[in-house]
Amino acid sequence: MNAEQILFILFGAVSLIGAVAVISFRHPIYSALSLVVTFFAQAGLFLLLGAHFVAAVQVIVYAGAIMVLFLFVIMLLNLGTLSVKGAIGGKLKGFAIILGILLAIEGIYIATNVLNNTAIASAQPATAAPNTTTYDIGELLFSKYLLPFEVTSLILLAALIGVIVLVKRSSNDSI
Amino acid sequence: MELQYYLILSALLFTTGVIGVLVRRNAIIIFMCIELMLNAANLAFVAISRSLGEATGQVFVFFVMAVAAAEVAIGLAIIVSVFKHRETINVDEVNSLKG
Amino acid sequence: MSLELIVVLLIAPLVGFLINGLFGKWLKGNEKLSGWIGSVAVLISLICSIIAFASLQGGGTPFDETLYEWITGESFAFNIGFRVDALTTVMLLVITGVGFLIHVYSIGYMHGDAGYTRYFAYLNLFVFAMLILVLGNNYLMMFVGWEGVGLCSYLLIGFWYDKKSATDAGKKAFIVNRIGDFGFLLGMFTLFAAFGTLDFVAIFDAAEADNFQKVFGTSTLVIATLLLFVGAIGKSAQIPLYVWLPDAMEGPTPVSALIHAATMVTAGVYMIARSAVLYNIAHTGEVVAWIGVLTAFFAATIALAQNDIKRILAYSTVSQLGYMFLGVGVGAYASGVFHLVTHAFFKGLMFLTAGSVMHAMANELDMRKMGGLKAKMPITHWTFLVGALAIAGFPFLSGFWSKDEILHSAWGSSPLIYIIGLITAFLTAFYMFRLIFVTFYGESRVEPDVASHLHESPPVMWVPLAILAIPSALIGLLLGWGGHDSWFHHFTKSVFPEAHHEASGNVVLFMVISSIVGLAGIAFAWMRYSKRVPSTEPTNALYKLIANKYYIDEIYNALIVQPIKNGSHYLLWRIVDNGVIDGIVNGVASVIQIIGGTLRRLQTGIVQAYIVSMVLGIVLFLAYYLFFG
Repeated sequence: MNAEQILFILFGAVSLIGAVAVISFRHPIYSALSLVVTFFAQAGLFLLLGAHFVAAVQVIVYAGAIMVLFLFVIMLLNLGTLSVKGAIGGKLKGFAIILGILLAIEGIYIATNVLNNTAIASAQPATAAPNTTTYDIGELLFSKYLLPFEVTSLILLAALIGVIVLVKRSSNDSI
Repeated sequence: MELQYYLILSALLFTTGVIGVLVRRNAIIIFMCIELMLNAANLAFVAISRSLGEATGQVFVFFVMAVAAAEVAIGLAIIVSVFKHRETINVDEVNSLKG
Repeated sequence: MSLELIVVLLIAPLVGFLINGLFGKWLKGNEKLSGWIGSVAVLISLICSIIAFASLQGGGTPFDETLYEWITGESFAFNIGFRVDALTTVMLLVITGVGFLIHVYSIGYMHGDAGYTRYFAYLNLFVFAMLILVLGNNYLMMFVGWEGVGLCSYLLIGFWYDKKSATDAGKKAFIVNRIGDFGFLLGMFTLFAAFGTLDFVAIFDAAEADNFQKVFGTSTLVIATLLLFVGAIGKSAQIPLYVWLPDAMEGPTPVSALIHAATMVTAGVYMIARSAVLYNIAHTGEVVAWIGVLTAFFAATIALAQNDIKRILAYSTVSQLGYMFLGVGVGAYASGVFHLVTHAFFKGLMFLTAGSVMHAMANELDMRKMGGLKAKMPITHWTFLVGALAIAGFPFLSGFWSKDEILHSAWGSSPLIYIIGLITAFLTAFYMFRLIFVTFYGESRVEPDVASHLHESPPVMWVPLAILAIPSALIGLLLGWGGHDSWFHHFTKSVFPEAHHEASGNVVLFMVISSIVGLAGIAFAWMRYSKRVPSTEPTNALYKLIANKYYIDEIYNALIVQPIKNGSHYLLWRIVDNGVIDGIVNGVASVIQIIGGTLRRLQTGIVQAYIVSMVLGIVLFLAYYLFFG
C-alpha cells in the first residue's frame, strides 16, 4: 500500500461521508458545510490525478463562490431546522432508496465490466499516464473548443440577466 | 491506482446525490444534491482524461463548472422569488402543477 | 399577323381594367377620363382586330401559335395559345366593334353614377374575358374566358348592389350558369380522356381520322358534344336554362346590350361553330336544332304578352339565340354565325335605344306609360325602327338575310322545324312592332312630371345609335347577298366542314315566303296596337298563361329550389350537420375528456414523484442495455 493508495482511500472516504452528510442533516447550514468538505476532498482527488488546474478551479469556484452563494441564500431566507421527512410518503421513500441502490449497482457494473470492452480499458492505470498540464488545457480551450468557450460566456451573461430580472424588487414588494 | 476505483467512487457519489434529490423536500438541499451529481461526473471525466493521457476531459470539467455556476445562480434566484411569494421552499407545498 | 398583334389586342382591355379598377379612386373627380380610358382600350383592340381581319383576306392562312406553356404534366400540356381564323376574326370584330360603341354610349348613359369607374373596369374586364374565349386555341382557354365572362356578367347584373332584385338576379344568373358550366367541364374531361389533349386542331384532326372512329366509335363524341351543348344551353339561355336572361335586365342597359344580347350569350353558338367537326361526326346537331327552334318559339310567345321594354327585348334575344342554334344545329354553321353577327348589331342597337328611352323617361320601363315618344325623341325612334325592321325580317335589311338562310337550311333538314321557325318569325315581327306602336306612336300616356323634361339623349349617346343603325340595316346586304354563295360563306368556308343536308329548293321562293310572313306580323301588330293600348289585366286564360311566362319560374321554384332548400334544411342541416357531424365532433371531444380526466390523476404536482418515475425509467433502460442488450 503506497502513499497514493492511502491518499485515494482517505479522500474517497471523506467525500463519500460528506455526501451522505449532505442528505442527512436537518439544518441546511450543516448540509452546506458538509458539501464544502466533499468539494475539498474531491479537489484532493483531482490533485492525485494530476489535474492541478481543475483542482484549483474546484476550490475557487465550487468551494469558494458557489458555496458562498448557498450559504448566503440559506441565511437570507432564515429557514431554521427542517424535518428530514420527505415530501413523498414512506412507501415511496423506501422505493426511492431501492432505486438509488439499483442505480449504484448499475454504475459499478459499468465501471468494472462494460468499460473493459472499450478503448479506455487498454489505457494505463489512472495515475500512470503522463501529466496533462494547464498549458494543454489552455491550448485546447482557445483552439479546438473556442466556440463552446465563447458560448459559455453567453450562458453566464444570460444567467446574470436572468437573476437580475428574477429578483428585481417591484415597487410595492419587499422581502 | 486503477481507473475503475475512481469510477466506482464516482458512481457512489452520483447515487448519493440521486437519493438526496428523491427524499429531501427542501429545495436548497435538492440543489446541493444536484451539485453532488455534477461533481461525481467531473470526477469520472478527470479520471478518464488522465488514463487516456489527454486534456479534453478536463476542458469539459471546466465547461461543466461554468454551466453549474450559471445554474446555481438562476436556481437560487428562483428559490428566493418562490419564497417571496409562498413563504416556503418545500417542494411538496409548491404544487401548482397538480392536475 | 403576328403574336405581338394578338397580345396587344388581348391586353389592351386588361390594361383598361387595371387602370380603372386600381386607380379608379383618383379618377372619381374626372369621370369622363375614366370612361374614355375604357373606350380607348377597346378601340385599340378594335384596330388590332381590323388588322387581323385584313390579313386573312385573300386566302391568308389561319394564325395558330403558342404564347407559353401554362400547365405541364407527365402526359399532358396546356398552353396559352391563340388561334385566329375566319370565325375568330368575325367574333373579334363583333366584340370589339359593338363593344367600343357601347363603351362610348355608356359614357353618357352612366353619367353621374356612383360606381362609374367600377362600371368601366368591369366592362373592360368583360371584353378581355370574351377575347380570351374567342382567341384561345384550346378548350381550356375557352373555358377560362367562358368563366371570366360569366363572372363579369354576374358583377354587372348586380352592379347596383343596393337593389335586392339586382343582386338576386345576379345570383340567379351565376347559379344557372354554373349548371351549364358543369356540363361544359364534363364535356372537356370527356374530350381529354378520349384525345389526351384539348387543342382544337389536334382534336379535330384526330376525330376526323378513320382509326379514331374505329377504336372509340362515335359514342364518346356524342357524349362529349352533348355535354358541351349543356354548357351552351346555360351560357346562351336556351330551354331549360334560359330563366336567368330576362332577370339579367336588372343590370345597366348598355350591359344588357353588350353582354346579354351581342356577345356573351352568343358564346354558346361560337363554341358549337368552333366544334363543328365534332358535331358533324357525332350527328348531335339535331338535338341542338330542336332545342334551338323550341326555344325560339317558346320565348317569342312569352314576348307577346310582356309590357316591360327590356323584358321584351330579353325574350327576343332568347328567341333569336334559338335561331342561331337552329342554324348551327342543322349544319348551316356559317348561317348561324352570320345571324350571330347581324343580331349583335340590331339587338345591341335596340337595347341602346331602350336605354335612351329609359334615360329620358327617368328609368320607366313599362310601355303602357309611354306612347307618342316619336315626336320628342326622333333619333331614338328612327334607330329603333331600323333595328325592329331588321329583326322582323323586312326585305333587304340584315335580319332578313341571316334568318332566311337559317330557315332555308332548316327546310333541308326537317320541314317541321322550318314551319315552327316560320311561325316564330311571324311572332317576332308581331311583338316587335307591338312594342314600337305602343311606345312611339299613339297618344302620350306619360306622367306629367316626367313629360316635362322628356328629351332626346345627348350626342355621346345618340351618335353610337346612329352608327350602329347603319350596319344593322346594311350588313346583311353586304355580307349575305347571294345566300349560300355569299361573301360571308366564302370567307368562313375554311373553318366549317360540309353540312349534311344540302339546302334545296328555290332560294328566291323562300325569301318571298319569309318576307310575306314578316310583313304580315308587322301588319297584324299595326291592326291591333296602332290605336289601342295593351290591356292592363290579362283577359283570357291563354293570355294570362303567357303573361306569366308559363309560370316557369314558379315551376322551377316548386320543383327544384324548394326541394333543395327543404333538403338542405331538414336532411343536411338537421340530420347530417346537427346529428352526424356535430355528433362525431362532440363524441371525439368527450372521449378525450374522459381519457384526460383519468390521466390527470397522475399529475400530483409533487415534483419528486415525477423524478422517481424518471429515475425508475433510467434504471430500467440501463438494466435493459447492460444485462439484456
